[in-house]
Parts: sequence; C-alpha cells; structure tokens
Amino acid sequence: MKTCLERLYNGLIKENPTFVLTLGMCPTLAVTTSAINGLGMGLSTLVVLALSNLLISALRKVIPDKVRIPAYIVIVASLVTVVGLLMEAYVPGLYASLGIYIDLIVVNCIILGRAESYASKNKMMPSLFDGIGMGLGFTVALTLIGMVREFFGNASIFGFTGPDVYGTTIPVLLVELTNKVFNPDSASNFVQGLNHFFTGEFSSYSPIGILIMAPGAFFVLAILTAIQNVIKAKGEAKGKDMSKIQSGCSHDCMSCGDTGCAKRLIEPEKVSKKVETEVEAVSEEITGKEEN
Amino acid sequence: MNGSYVLNLVVIAITSSLVSNVVLSQFLGLCPFLGVSKKVKTAAGMGGAVIFVITLSSLVAGVIYKFILTPLHVTYLKTIVFILIIAALVQFVELFLKKFVKPLYEALGVYLPLITTNCAVLGVAINNVNYGYDILTGVINGFATAAGFAVAIIILAGIREKMEYNDIPKPFRGMPIVLVTAGLMAIAFCGFAGLI
Repeated sequence: MKTCLERLYNGLIKENPTFVLTLGMCPTLAVTTSAINGLGMGLSTLVVLALSNLLISALRKVIPDKVRIPAYIVIVASLVTVVGLLMEAYVPGLYASLGIYIDLIVVNCIILGRAESYASKNKMMPSLFDGIGMGLGFTVALTLIGMVREFFGNASIFGFTGPDVYGTTIPVLLVELTNKVFNPDSASNFVQGLNHFFTGEFSSYSPIGILIMAPGAFFVLAILTAIQNVIKAKGEAKGKDMSKIQSGCSHDCMSCGDTGCAKRLIEPEKVSKKVETEVEAVSEEITGKEEN
Repeated sequence: MNGSYVLNLVVIAITSSLVSNVVLSQFLGLCPFLGVSKKVKTAAGMGGAVIFVITLSSLVAGVIYKFILTPLHVTYLKTIVFILIIAALVQFVELFLKKFVKPLYEALGVYLPLITTNCAVLGVAINNVNYGYDILTGVINGFATAAGFAVAIIILAGIREKMEYNDIPKPFRGMPIVLVTAGLMAIAFCGFAGLI
C-alpha cells in the first residue's frame, strides 16, 4: 500500500511528466486550447496508461525480451482503440474536438517510457498505481495549462464565464485587472490602473485570442520551460540533484535515448548498457566525493 | 484523371504543407523539430528522411487499408496495424538502404531510427484515412505534409544558427527561446491561411 501511495505522489509531483520531465509535448501543445479538452485528453491518457501498465506488468514474464517493444506497442494500440471507440460512442463532442490526438496516444513517450522503465520490472499493483499517478500528473498539468490558455485567450474557465459583474463577466474582469496592472501602456501606474479598473471601462477589451491559437501554445510552453530553467538553476546552486527537470525529449533528440524516446525503442540493449555505465560513472563520482 | 481532381490535389498539397503546417499548427513531430534543429545541415538531413519515410508509409498504409482492412471489415484496427507497419517499414528501409543505396543511407541513416516513433508519420496515415483520401491523394498529402515539416525545421535551424551569438536573458536560454522562435514562425505561417 505504501508503494502505491508513493507511486501516486511520484507521478503527480516528483516526476510529473509535463512539469518536471517535459515528456509528451505534442498532445500538451495541441489539445490545451481549453480546460475541458486538456482534462479529456489527460483522462483518456490516464486510462490507457494505467491499463497498459497493468497488462504489461501482468505479462512481463511471458513477453520475450527481444520483441518486447512491438508487444508493448500492440497492447497500447489495442487499449487506445478501445478508449477511442468508447469515447466516440459516449462523448462524441469531446472525441471530435480531440480528433487525431486520441489515436496518437499510442506514440506518446510517457506510455512506452513507463512500460519500459517501470511496468516491465515491477508487480501489478505498484505498476497500476504508477500508471494512475503518472496519468494524474499528466491530467493535472494539461488541465492547468488549458485553464490558463482558456482564461486569457477566451476569458472563460471550463467554458464557464460566471455571473455578470459591472456589466461584464468575472473572467473578463480578472483578465482586465491583470492587463491594467501589468501593462504600462494602458495605465501609468498601479493605483491609476486600479482606479481605471473600478470605473469600469471595458468597451475596448477583448481576450488575448492568440493564446488559444497555435502560436500561443509555443509561447505558453516557452514560459513554462523558462520557469523550469529558473527552478533548475536555483536548485543546482543549492547543490540539489535537478537532472530530472527537462530530462524528456525537448533537449536533444540525438541523445535522448535514455529518457524515454526514440532511440531507446530501437536499440534497447545498447542503450540500457549506456544507462548502466552512466549510473556506474555517477555512483563512482559520488563515492569519490564522499572519500574526498 | 480530370481537371478538378488535379486541382483538388494541388489544394491539398498547399494546405498540408503550408496552411496547416504539421509542426507549427498541428504540433506533430515536435521532438525532432526541437531536438535536431541546431544546424541547417542536420535539419536538412532530418527533413529529407522524414519526406522519404512519410511518403513511403502513406503509400503502404493506404494500400493495406484499401486492400486488406476494408475488405475484411476490420478498419477499426487501423491504429494497431499502422503503427506496426510503420515500425517495420522504417527498419526495412534502413536495411535496404544500407545494403543497396549506400549514399542515401549515409545521408539519412542516422535519422531513420529516430522517425519510427515520430507522431507525424502515424498522424499522416490516420489523417489520410479519416479524410477519406484515395491512395494517390494520400501519398500527395503525405509528401506535402513532410515537405512542410522539412521547410519548418530548416527555417528554424537557420534562425537558431544566427541566434547562437545573441545575448538572451538567462532563463530563456536553450529550449524556451527556441519555443518562442517557433511561436513567431507559427504566427508567420498563419498568414498562409489567405492562400486558399
């Protein structure tokens, strides 16, 4: 039970696939145009991830080592097909707005990454909870990003704009407030901005529409990775191990083999050897430091 | 083959290469787009490999969908079948090029394994089916999509080479500034929407 809770915490906070590892960026950018899309995508990935972890863990002694990647892909693709058909039947609206990205859960690095690094080596219950934890982490991240983009880009949250205040909606008011306070063009100082805000001149206001368009996704992710960089730099200055942050695909595809991406899926033996030597090197370094 | 069919092909080619660019507006194939765009030369190699693989895989996926999956009424298996076809195809192409077309292998070989799990390849195959394209249209769509990818990655690599010596605020060094660049490129590509 303790391991299960630890796996949930690990997926949600410690190794959050989006905010910490920066994995699975294609769906993150593509579907977070609104909070509900992010939530839908996150939940469908959660279901696939949890079940694939469970199945792969159950079959880990049956699947021959040499063909394990194709076997995993078949398992994941079958689950994705099932989830896709269910969504098409029961939530057709959401299925239509997520479109091709449901099918593309198959190639999401998080899923094969977890299968390879956790489910293939651990018992069924911890693997299931590992999948749920990672899936929850992904869901929370996508929903949060979706909320931010929808809030600033469309002045609503989950499509909900709230009751009218000052003749306009609450999200519009909040966006307007942040605009007035942080944008020196529309108000020369904070007090003036507030004053302007409460006198209620909103006629010229329109949401920052670009945030829910394609370019906005890149800008939001740019800010997110910049925040990661700051946290990483601060942590490293304090001597903490920050290697997990941005260890996903976003650094360099040519050398991302050991973090859950393309190369590892092709030449597992070579790369796992590489990881082992790296681990050895690091542990040698640590013991060396301790001796010093 | 009449005029309106050809015109339709041209419109599809323009749409999938420029208007709804595969990386900049559909976000498929972001990993190689961000990861292999440091130098124009490697970016061009990656672009070439992607064009090669996507064109070939949309042909093979289209043929298998039409002549195997549809007659057997198992079209719902398309995701499973396509991903396996693509993985097998990439490995086969790599072996084939290594043995028979040495120069092409030397140019594209390194990039081929990276493409197997690229979502753009699977995405194009599934899109072709979802939009109900016939095999020729599917291949044209695949080629144009991949050409759009190549254009985008080469432009990004060019900008990144220039940006090497710029004084960028510290938190934005590395990935964030690349993403900002990609965002600005996406805005520019929005302009192509006026083409059709």
